[in-house]
Amino acid sequence: MERAVLLGLAIFAMLLVAPPLLDVAGAGYLTGLLIKAMLLAIAAISLDLLIGHGGMVSLGHAAFVAVGAYAGAIALDAGIEEILVLLAITIAVTAAVALVTGALALRTTGVYFLMITLAFGQMIFFTLSSLASYGGDDGLTLWSMATVFDSDIVQNGRGLYFVILAVMFGVWWGVYRISQSRFGRVLRAARDNPQRAAIMGFNVKTYQLVAYVIAAVIAGVAGLLSMQHAEFVSPALAAWQRSGDLIVVVVLGGLGSRNGAILGAFFVVLAEETLSHILHEWRLIYGPLLVLMVLFAKGGLNDLFIRQSAKA
Amino acid sequence: MLELLNVDKSFGALHVTRDVSLSVSAGQCHALIGPNGAGKTTLIHQISGVLTPDSGAILLDGQDLLPLSLHQRTHAGLSRTFQITSVLPSFSVLENVAIAVQAKSGTSMRFFAPAADEVAINDRAMDILDQVGLADRAGTLAADMSHGELRLAELALALAGEPKFLLLDEPMAGLGHQESARLIEFLGTLRGHIPMLLIEHDMDAIFQLSDTVSVLVDGAVIATGTPEEIRQDPVARAAYLGETAA
Repeated sequence: MERAVLLGLAIFAMLLVAPPLLDVAGAGYLTGLLIKAMLLAIAAISLDLLIGHGGMVSLGHAAFVAVGAYAGAIALDAGIEEILVLLAITIAVTAAVALVTGALALRTTGVYFLMITLAFGQMIFFTLSSLASYGGDDGLTLWSMATVFDSDIVQNGRGLYFVILAVMFGVWWGVYRISQSRFGRVLRAARDNPQRAAIMGFNVKTYQLVAYVIAAVIAGVAGLLSMQHAEFVSPALAAWQRSGDLIVVVVLGGLGSRNGAILGAFFVVLAEETLSHILHEWRLIYGPLLVLMVLFAKGGLNDLFIRQSAKA
Repeated sequence: MLELLNVDKSFGALHVTRDVSLSVSAGQCHALIGPNGAGKTTLIHQISGVLTPDSGAILLDGQDLLPLSLHQRTHAGLSRTFQITSVLPSFSVLENVAIAVQAKSGTSMRFFAPAADEVAINDRAMDILDQVGLADRAGTLAADMSHGELRLAELALALAGEPKFLLLDEPMAGLGHQESARLIEFLGTLRGHIPMLLIEHDMDAIFQLSDTVSVLVDGAVIATGTPEEIRQDPVARAAYLGETAA
């Protein structure tokens, strides 16, 4: 089996056995941190489909996490508690928002695409902030939690942990399959040389729009899961800084690589956690660390891990 | 058959294409010659859809191409190469051609089956690479290939689209003597099967390959004829071959 696949499977195996081991070690609180990293990883994998495979650098991707979270929260507030129904609502709403904003954003490329996705992200941020009946700026605390077939298995910390892990596995596997499919191949061709891809006979914008919608839906699902985990949603989910963090995760992990988004997400979450214990102004260390990583590990963490294991 | 009717285009004050009409019938190779800056590549860009003419009509087998975008013109049967090599650098040569073949074989909105495992597509791509003499380089990344190989790869991409008409923008540009000779020989095998519009500087190549030659100067066609007629034509000689008209 390919080294990258083994690395990926090793990560999932570790995450599978982590909760009981952490409990035994008396560090059960760390599962919360792992959940945070997994949610970030799911959104980052979807962004990598856009940036790494599609060459579309979006600075508004976190907005879809927020749209997904709010779609779920508002439906839950209205009394819909079945998580599979909430999932369907989340998917439909994020897909619709992505279809409209993506069709407009994809009229541009490069830095203009970045600007227009930033603008849409901000519009979504302010729209959510203005939802007075759903908490406005302060966000909305949820008084009930979603269930699956009336069971509370997706409510308790342990159950939700494994649901999120399963979703992350599905997204990791699914996005890789997409990247290797006919569709993914066209998407990468359009990234390499859009004019050549068009002359080969592909309607490049259509493929890019489909990728944009797929990525948004996955981000929306991450949003729904984060709503369920935090029992709270707020417009801060859509803040452009979060979109920037997602880009950092993807670049740090290795663009278009098999495990980059996951490694990047865990690195960022764990770095923040450890550094902030050492130093209050932890970003003073974090900043230069990112600079070093980008300068000296161009293929990202994925590449770094795989090359190290190749030497061993 | 490709027909250009009164095609005209300006970039601001620069009149790059002046009322160009020409037609290439089935099985013909039509060469387009002219000094640098005459507007040869600009004309090819307008036929392939990279640029839009200000006025005039471009027809392929009677179908109006102008309302069609780049990818639609490919489906209408047009294929082209670029003067400056245009391939997909991060793919292997085989995959470059395979993607072009894929465009011709059913929908590409397939999301799960690995594309690299499609035997029919890979076989067809290998056939085409074999034709242009790149079969032994199939696994090489396009970014790692020599200039000469990339010219051949570019031709392979154009052929993968199974074109009804081929636009070739200086296919021999930057090739050594031997490589040129090989490519001319290969294009000779296509002659009669696929009609072509060929931009070329090398008169030897033109004599070997083309049935008809048009001379383009300052965006206008000043002479059209057989290669022999053009060689004898005083106006064409003056404008292109750099001799003063007698």
